[in-house]
Amino acid sequence: MNRETEGQRGKGAEGQRVRRALNKFYDKAFTVIGLLATLIGLAVLLTLLIDVFMDGASRLGWQFLTSYPSRKPEQAGILSAWVGTAWVMALTFIIAFPLGVAAAVYLEEYSKKNWLRDFIEINIANLAGVPSIIYGLLGLGLFVRALSLDRSVISGAATLALLVLPIIILSTREALKAIPSSIREASYALGASKWQTIRHQVLPAAMPGILTGTILAMSRAIGETAPLITIGALTYVAFLPASPISTEFPFITLRGLLDAFSVLPIQIFNWVSRPQKGFFTNAAAGIIVLLIITFLMNGIAVWLRHKYQKKVRW
Amino acid sequence: MKRILVSLITMVALSIAVKAYAAEVIKVDGSSTVYPITEAVAEEFQKTEKDKTKVTVGISGTGGGFKKFCIGETDISDASRPIKPTEVELCKKNGIDYIELPVAYDGLAVIINPKNAWADKMTVKELKKLWEPEAQGKITKWNQIRANWPDKEIHLFGPGVDSGTYDYFTEAIVGKEHSSRGDFTSSEDDNVLVQGIATDQLALGFFGVAYYEHNKDKLKLVAIDDEKDENGKGHILPKYENVVNGTYQPLSRPIFIYVSKKSADKPEIKRFVEFYMKKGGELSKEVGYVALPDNAYKLGLKRFEKRIIGSVFGGKGSQVGVKIEDLLKKEM
Repeated sequence: MNRETEGQRGKGAEGQRVRRALNKFYDKAFTVIGLLATLIGLAVLLTLLIDVFMDGASRLGWQFLTSYPSRKPEQAGILSAWVGTAWVMALTFIIAFPLGVAAAVYLEEYSKKNWLRDFIEINIANLAGVPSIIYGLLGLGLFVRALSLDRSVISGAATLALLVLPIIILSTREALKAIPSSIREASYALGASKWQTIRHQVLPAAMPGILTGTILAMSRAIGETAPLITIGALTYVAFLPASPISTEFPFITLRGLLDAFSVLPIQIFNWVSRPQKGFFTNAAAGIIVLLIITFLMNGIAVWLRHKYQKKVRW
Repeated sequence: MKRILVSLITMVALSIAVKAYAAEVIKVDGSSTVYPITEAVAEEFQKTEKDKTKVTVGISGTGGGFKKFCIGETDISDASRPIKPTEVELCKKNGIDYIELPVAYDGLAVIINPKNAWADKMTVKELKKLWEPEAQGKITKWNQIRANWPDKEIHLFGPGVDSGTYDYFTEAIVGKEHSSRGDFTSSEDDNVLVQGIATDQLALGFFGVAYYEHNKDKLKLVAIDDEKDENGKGHILPKYENVVNGTYQPLSRPIFIYVSKKSADKPEIKRFVEFYMKKGGELSKEVGYVALPDNAYKLGLKRFEKRIIGSVFGGKGSQVGVKIEDLLKKEM
């Protein structure tokens, strides 16, 4: 743009003024368009929130969070659903985060540019676009049937982990690419090994980007219904997965991983399709809880990003 | 590092060891139509069992439920129609014997918009003319059904083609299961159909009568005449008594649970099924279905105790116009 205006300098002051006015106009116009785009998005979100709150806010409360599903709408709650969601999300993170980051570090820092890397890259990019129900079918065949983990928390979490893995790998790679190579070279110059450079310089600097990508991927996973229904997550579950901390020796148990479970989106989906009006209110209240959990997760992402950004000293 | 490894191994070993001690779980899956009844029964059953037994209920549809049931993944399958030949075959291949128990009646309601003043009475023949595959693209206006009806478009709504409800309706009206015109608005979610018909004066659709009961102010029932005088003369509405006494034909159907014979020998499954046959009538009424006559539950219980396997419908899928009591008696 600059060079263009410079080139026109010789053509006289008049042309230059018109040009400048036009540029100013475009500048303003784009600001307005950008603002409109933002406002439309916000307005849609706000309408959605207000609508859901009006329908469901009256139903929210301690009883709603601590009751199991019931045939009576006013007694029904989402205890098994939200605990199931919490279990599945925590496990999905535990499985997908290390795998995703390690894969991205390998691809970005270690692998040489050859046909194998190209092949892997194309596949990961394609996997990120595969419809989620396909992952459900894979999970059903692999985890539920072949590994006979049954319709358990661990099957659900592993399926969702596969679903978010490509997104985590892609966003981690972007974050790693954004680290200037001068940082790596400086580290090498001081005698650090490759792993030391990655461990102490590259990863901490890339962490804000990695975490943002990961939490966005998790926010997608939390709303997924199709793959979990495919692997056979249940609608009526009136008990919780066994707690990981027990009163008996050895005080830690992974039994809960193999328990049956339900999640919030499935419970909401079921209530929406019931004839009684009371269940409709319950569904709206369930949506509010799901939204709050999503907002909390995004909040944590913002906080973590902020925390890690402060640590970067250059 | 070593410590982490050791603790990991112990944890995995523990989780495997502990698996054997887990509480008894009864696994039910299948039809979304039967789900509310099974949910209610499971809820009450778990109260009486005090955490000793856990019941899980999934919704995979009648067909999806049988796919899991017939490879031994579930103990009980909810079904809104009798088992089909392909499913019988699958069960046989995997050595799964089943006991068929009817649990309630479900009436299918044919629904129009309250502003529709003309079509509140229809015959089965007219419905067939409207829904059969040949009608696609041809029968598009109300006056093509009856000449004195308005010369206006007709908008059709129906449940998803994977549902037992669709299968039964097509069997009852068109005469062939799973066969109808394709140009209608279909949704797996019956509330979408309710909304569609409630906002469209020219709409006609069908779904379970429970959805009408909860949206009476927005919808209008169509009285149906099957032109067979032996089961009630004239146009009949899907009212409670008409479903029970078998005059709301052909659109009322029994719905079932199928119990795996292998599972039936487990004490907790036995208790659950007995509880189902005892409380099923009362609870199905509570969640919006029509209970079977008391005697049908007693016959069902007997059938379960004697472990009579197979389907009273001969494994041929939906059948129209059956009185469940007669069928059960025949096999005793």
